[in-house]
Amino acid sequence: MLRSSLPEALRSRGVSRRRFIDFCSAMVATLALPERYLAAVADALNRTDRPVLVWLEFQDCAGNTESMLRSDDPPVADVVLELLSWEYHETIMAGAGKQAEAALKRVVEQEAGKYIAVVEGAVPTADGGVYCTIAGRTALDIAREVCTHAAATIAVGACAWDGGLVRSAPNPTGAVGLQEAVPGIKVVNLGGCPHNVANTAAVIVHYLTFHQMPALDQYNRPLFAYGRLIHDQCERRAHYDAGQFVEEWGDEGSRKGWCLYKMGCKGPDATYNCPTVRWNSGTSWPVKSGHGCIACASHRFWDVMSPFYKPLPKVPGFGVDVTAEEIGWGVVGGVAALTAAHAVASVFRPKEEVPKEDKPA
Amino acid sequence: MARVVVDPITRIEGHLRIEAQVDGGKVSDAWSSGTMFRGIEMIVRNRDPREVWLWTQRICAVCTMVHALASVRAVENALDIEVPNNARLVRNLISSTQYIQDHIVHFYHLHALDWVDITGALKADPAKTSQLAQSISEWPKSSTTYFKGVQDRVKKLVESRQLSLFTSGYWGHPAYRLPPEADLMAVAHYLEALEFQRDFIRIHAVLGGKNPHLQSYLVGGMATSLDPNEPQAPLNPERIDFLVEVAQTAKTFVDQVLIPDVLAVAGFYKDWFSLGEGPGNYLSYGAFPQGGIKDTARYFLPRGFILNNDLSKVYPVDPGKVAEYVTHSWYEYAEGDQVSKTPAEGETSPKYTGPKPPFEFLEVDKKYSWLKAPRYDDHVMEVGPLSRMLVAYASGHAEVKAAVDGVLAHFKAPPTALFSTLGRIAARALETQLLANHIVGWIEELRENMNRGDLRIHNGDKWDPSTWPSSARGYGLFEAPRGSLGHWVEIENELVKNYQIVVPSTWNAGPRDAKGQRGPYETALLKTPLADPERPLEILRTVHSFDPCLACAVHVVDARGRTRAHREI
Repeated sequence: MLRSSLPEALRSRGVSRRRFIDFCSAMVATLALPERYLAAVADALNRTDRPVLVWLEFQDCAGNTESMLRSDDPPVADVVLELLSWEYHETIMAGAGKQAEAALKRVVEQEAGKYIAVVEGAVPTADGGVYCTIAGRTALDIAREVCTHAAATIAVGACAWDGGLVRSAPNPTGAVGLQEAVPGIKVVNLGGCPHNVANTAAVIVHYLTFHQMPALDQYNRPLFAYGRLIHDQCERRAHYDAGQFVEEWGDEGSRKGWCLYKMGCKGPDATYNCPTVRWNSGTSWPVKSGHGCIACASHRFWDVMSPFYKPLPKVPGFGVDVTAEEIGWGVVGGVAALTAAHAVASVFRPKEEVPKEDKPA
Repeated sequence: MARVVVDPITRIEGHLRIEAQVDGGKVSDAWSSGTMFRGIEMIVRNRDPREVWLWTQRICAVCTMVHALASVRAVENALDIEVPNNARLVRNLISSTQYIQDHIVHFYHLHALDWVDITGALKADPAKTSQLAQSISEWPKSSTTYFKGVQDRVKKLVESRQLSLFTSGYWGHPAYRLPPEADLMAVAHYLEALEFQRDFIRIHAVLGGKNPHLQSYLVGGMATSLDPNEPQAPLNPERIDFLVEVAQTAKTFVDQVLIPDVLAVAGFYKDWFSLGEGPGNYLSYGAFPQGGIKDTARYFLPRGFILNNDLSKVYPVDPGKVAEYVTHSWYEYAEGDQVSKTPAEGETSPKYTGPKPPFEFLEVDKKYSWLKAPRYDDHVMEVGPLSRMLVAYASGHAEVKAAVDGVLAHFKAPPTALFSTLGRIAARALETQLLANHIVGWIEELRENMNRGDLRIHNGDKWDPSTWPSSARGYGLFEAPRGSLGHWVEIENELVKNYQIVVPSTWNAGPRDAKGQRGPYETALLKTPLADPERPLEILRTVHSFDPCLACAVHVVDARGRTRAHREI
């Protein structure tokens, strides 16, 4: 079978070497890799044939699909058409019915051990799996077959990671995350409600470059994205340290961008790179729009972190993150590396790609 | 006689299955089945009503925010809270920009491939494509070189034999009828629209922190404080400039790309103006309040319903007449399968009685869907852009009337042509244009308020649950892009006691009721011609014209009184 490489695909539509290197730089930055890896990423993408990707949707809201469609770097059309051969994805694929089934079957049989499987949504296990069927088969049946034959499996969003909202009490359908549904396979979990596509693209590029997943934490989440407290990266942090809090919605503090801790913000107890990567081409994130964090990238956050408007019970010491140790990720070396890497990020992000809203006047 | 099964129906949100009986090359009967169930209404019970919007928003991310808005409206209705004018404006802006983005994604990414043959684009002459594009639009990306580049891109994909998303399409199907140049133009715009939708939705990032799943709603208003003098205010002059700048791109894209494309494509498929007619009854709850939420007479899009395709009369809506059947749905009612229940008195438990998976066919004479069958006063109702445009048209909405009459004149067609597959597509495009014409004005209204010193964005009088009555009931109605949406809430002792949702795609994709009346999809599919039953492209055309959203459509009310221990932190 003929294959085309990504740079060839990009060149064929007039994308320059310069633009290709820009893309690699953005990936290196998101992955928090030191600068010297830029060449490795570029080389790997130069060599790489287009791997096949299949995207499965089970008990989902398509939020992770929608987030993927907001990809800016690489551009969304490149992702779904040219970075990979994106051969099954119900929400956006051309084929339907039998032809869609056949496409998935072909990948599982002919690309076994070579393709990437992405899973979105929880897997219902109660009552024989009748709460989600596709083409007459249960989600569990499909997940087992497709994920056990994949080279790598990525669970995107809270539901695929740990069952998410669908699993919340009273969990009417016996929903679980992918790892629990199909034990024995290695899953990389990209939590968040939804996942942030910047991280997912970076994980895929890392895999293409190094043929392995980036460093993971105890939940199999990549450290580069889930290793730091929201609170430590928050643009409103200085107000917390200064004791300046929003006391009521719409008050003077809320207009001045003060800390949302008292309004229930879960940032001091949640890790994610949401404040630095942000959303929709880096335009904003929830705190910037005036609402607290709901810890959507934390384990079982729907049940664990709600009620969402109740302030966290313990006020961490001003300027000292005692909560970091409590939630168990706190490896000092990791923090240092990540901090350095964020400096790399600011160097490597091309100027013209700074979101317009954030350009200095 | 053959049974054709299409499962999964792709290019939709969620899990939908269509079974159709085909006789003499035409659909003689059809059954629509939702095949996924989560039970979100059961999950939100016993939680803080102020945060339920965060939970219900996750019903669907293609319709992101619609369930957030309906939820805060339901709680505000129960507790008798009016939101400040600025919150109304921000909510209208989020909703209207959602309509625009969602309708554009629907046309290009979820529906166009039913009409556009990707492989046809390979045969196009880029110079003639350029001529075609320039003959119908001022859109600047229309040079021969540009279309040659797009064609080369498609050619590379095909030659690599890795067609990616286009791998399994019905390419070469005899029902594709566009000339190659139109195929190529449409493929180019498919790619451009991917970028447009991504860039345009940055409006939601400013107003909601992120998209999908915005995070700035509050019971009582919005979290997006505004201040003309504060650089860190969620909304300030700089961010409002940004909103205006992005909003303006929508008008250009809609006027110069979407509308000309819809007219051009429809021109090659005029027979679809007489195929795909639904039940003939059209419901709209009305959308975009211009004053208080209760002042329904001042909604930008009117509330009302139409019966039997009769555009001479619009009836007033009584939300109390909405009720649901489970005769053919995998649920039980204590009173049996023959009765319908209003959401306010909803009583249900899921009970799957279908075939054990893996299965080949559903038992369509029994229960066959996770969707219930909603009815209005026992009438089957179609909901969505066509219903909204028809209700507005029949209500004498001047702007809608002019736009609809313009399209009908373009095709030299009578108003009855709207009751069709293409009618739905045309109505959706016109609605997109209507809103694109207004969003900049609504942003400027917000700016004027801010500059005048009206900074109120949240009504906090009843934020503290101790101010609430011990029990309260309310409902929130909204027109989501796909149609009429209602949330019903019952609050007791500061927690949700009962929560119920009746969703657009439940109206449209629901199964038969106790009287055997088909749901709108099932009716619309009747008489659909199938050139090749192995590749049922024509079924997709009509089903997609409704813009199905199945994640939204499946829901349940738990009457088994399960409670959960509330975690205190």
